[in-house]
Amino acid sequence: MDIFIQQLINGLVVGSIYALIALGYTMVYGILQLINFAHGEIVMMGAMITISAISVLSATGIGLPGPVLVVGGLLIAMPITMLIGFIIERIAYRPLRNAPRLAPLITAIGISIVLQQVAVLVWKNNPRSFPDLLPHEGHNFFGAVITDLQIVIVALALLIMVGLLVMVEKTKLGRAMRAVSMNQAVAGLMGVNINYVISMTFVIGSGLGAIAGVMVGANYGLAYPTMGFMIGLKAFTAAVLGGIGNLGGAVAGGILLGIIESVGAGYLGPLTGGVLGSHYQDIFAFMVLILVLVFRPSGLLGERVAERA
Amino acid sequence: MANQANTELLLEISGIHKRFGGLCALNDVALSINKGEIYGLIGPNGAGKTTLFNVLTGLYQPDEGKFTFKGIDLFRQKPNVVVDSGIARTFQNIRLFHNMTALENVMVGRHVRTKAGVIGAVFRNPGTRVEEAAIKARSLELLDYVGIRKHAEEHAKNLSYGDQRRLEIARALATDPQLLALDEPAAGMNGKETDDLKRLMEKIRADGVTILLIEHDVKLMMGLCDRIAVLDYGKKIAEGVPEVVKNDPRVIEAYLGATPD
Repeated sequence: MDIFIQQLINGLVVGSIYALIALGYTMVYGILQLINFAHGEIVMMGAMITISAISVLSATGIGLPGPVLVVGGLLIAMPITMLIGFIIERIAYRPLRNAPRLAPLITAIGISIVLQQVAVLVWKNNPRSFPDLLPHEGHNFFGAVITDLQIVIVALALLIMVGLLVMVEKTKLGRAMRAVSMNQAVAGLMGVNINYVISMTFVIGSGLGAIAGVMVGANYGLAYPTMGFMIGLKAFTAAVLGGIGNLGGAVAGGILLGIIESVGAGYLGPLTGGVLGSHYQDIFAFMVLILVLVFRPSGLLGERVAERA
Repeated sequence: MANQANTELLLEISGIHKRFGGLCALNDVALSINKGEIYGLIGPNGAGKTTLFNVLTGLYQPDEGKFTFKGIDLFRQKPNVVVDSGIARTFQNIRLFHNMTALENVMVGRHVRTKAGVIGAVFRNPGTRVEEAAIKARSLELLDYVGIRKHAEEHAKNLSYGDQRRLEIARALATDPQLLALDEPAAGMNGKETDDLKRLMEKIRADGVTILLIEHDVKLMMGLCDRIAVLDYGKKIAEGVPEVVKNDPRVIEAYLGATPD
């Protein structure tokens, strides 16, 4: 088995998920210049609610096929995470829209802790295995193995990302989002309902977050109430790597980060003579974050902008 | 000149106060604009003209006063509600969406006159597509109306200064306003551009849109406006037809300083 190609495939899968989550960060940042640190918890909620919904659906005894159960669970989880995203914006960010930027950052962390602890109360602080309902038959791919599930994750993620880019470029809501991100006051004076646009940005980002949460759960086979922290931080790194606020950048940054991490983890053991095992893979994401912040804070695709006077 | 017998009141404000800390930027300002007129607003720098514009378009919340438009109460309403009621504006310092095309800028202006929301954006159902096509068609029409259709696909930031001003007017017209508020549209324009602009404003008025105009170019104002109000230190010191305002001693004093006699 070719380890390089295998790690490349794994990286692409993880990277597609990072990219989906990074889009949630970057959409909100583009419009509000706010880092919504609660977004990782939305992803967690998506995964946990889907698991519960699947167990309820299978308990009905209708005997639905596995993929239908997963999609059904997701369709229950998505509206709930969308509602959570909507409420977060209303109670934690909207009252602070004209406050110093540090204030909503702190409420973001607060909301993040609240959601995490609510999840601990509801689901207990144990990992839950994600029901094994999806086909993961392996296919040979240039000496490496790619499973059905991995193909579905990558294809679905790319489809959603293209859909989102089309929405932002070609629809009335997308135009309004861009207008608000360029100049909020002028967009309002031209008749754009700013509060609606911001609410919908959170709703759409949270919907994507739920899908990403299910992908994480299905890919690793488990989910737990504190998973949102690390996955959120990684996706945030991906958004910064691509240039935060830039949608294309979030996609590129996510996929690139996934590949760096997987390939790096694959060679970490041999390179360090076995001192550091592949479970140290997280260091790559944060090395990337530090390097980007030091050498190219605007990210790969972000515009270099002068500090505003 | 507006015939007093059959004028119809469009906008009316009275007792408007706006303070910034200790500074009273607008002090008991009242004015009324009739349907179909070109109403000018002049005054020395810092007199409160743009502040009044910001109050009339919902950007600033006045501290007290009355503000009605077509009989609708707009006191302390949000900007998008004001736009929806039929007041649109341009800016003293051009404020376009620079990284959008000229066409997209105008399309944003159609926002209040169209219905599609998040459902339409995600599912792009036939109704949404029809509406989107109508938005585009109307926006191209407006670019044509102000004479910059050939620049439709260019980014707003790449347009010439005069064309950017025209684009702002097209974007404001896209909201189907009954009152168009223009904040120094001729600033920085040469003589020919100013003449073209004057013709454009007359065309807009002939098409049934009332115009509220701030401008420093006194010659342009005298030739264009039906009535003029003069602001000084946040107070309205004169109002009337251009000939009368021009010769009002308080106006001359505000612009040139008191004459010692």
